[in-house]
Amino acid sequence: MYLVNTESIPGKEIVEMYGVVSGSTVRAKHVGKDIMAGLKNIVGGELRGYTELLQESRQEAMDRMVQQAKSMGANGVVNIRFATSSVAQGASELYVYGTAVLVK
Amino acid sequence: MNLIVFIGLIVLGYLAGSAAEKNHYRSIEKRESEMADLPIVTISKLPQNMDATNSRLVNGSVVISIDYFKRILAQLINIVGGKVISYESLVDRARREAILRLKEESRGYDYIINLRIETSTIGNAANSKNGVGSVEVLAYGTAVKVAGNETGL
Repeated sequence: MYLVNTESIPGKEIVEMYGVVSGSTVRAKHVGKDIMAGLKNIVGGELRGYTELLQESRQEAMDRMVQQAKSMGANGVVNIRFATSSVAQGASELYVYGTAVLVK
Repeated sequence: MNLIVFIGLIVLGYLAGSAAEKNHYRSIEKRESEMADLPIVTISKLPQNMDATNSRLVNGSVVISIDYFKRILAQLINIVGGKVISYESLVDRARREAILRLKEESRGYDYIINLRIETSTIGNAANSKNGVGSVEVLAYGTAVKVAGNETGL
């Protein structure tokens, strides 16, 4: 699977386009991690738990997108974009979308 | 009693927060100079004279929180208006850290093209009183390996 965020895949040729594919996950904050984050809020610094949580969720969203692209018969996704939005108090949505293509 | 806790938190936040920030900046500068040989560009196409042999989507992200002292400071500035310096350094640190992680993930590649940076607050707004005063920065791009000579650009 070729995954890039450019309009074409460097060194490859796009022979067919299948359309938009996307994947998303909504994640709520973890209670235990939230307590740690609360402490970290006093002293400042990186919230490792959240970094990992968001990275995992983003990976899951990507997997869903790739799954969708595969079912269309594509072997690559180009022009991938990420978006993050908070849908409710304490929950954020991670959304990833791109164009499924056939690459030669 | 409440006042003592409040002042205690401010002092703790100030001491721990500025120490953490200083350390972080030192580590950022050190790693930035180590990885200066991997150029990042925001254009989406390689110049005509370069042939890519391999490309891959890469990303780096970080969630970083502000300390108590700076949050109070920002709230005070919010009343009178003006530059909120305490948040400027927060987002600056987060962006540079995210880009460094992006670079770490792209080891072995020659360039990162089409860099995009996303910034978001988690859950609550960053400046709300009871909110998690933290930002997430995500940097992503396409790491490419170029055939032949690597000079140019």
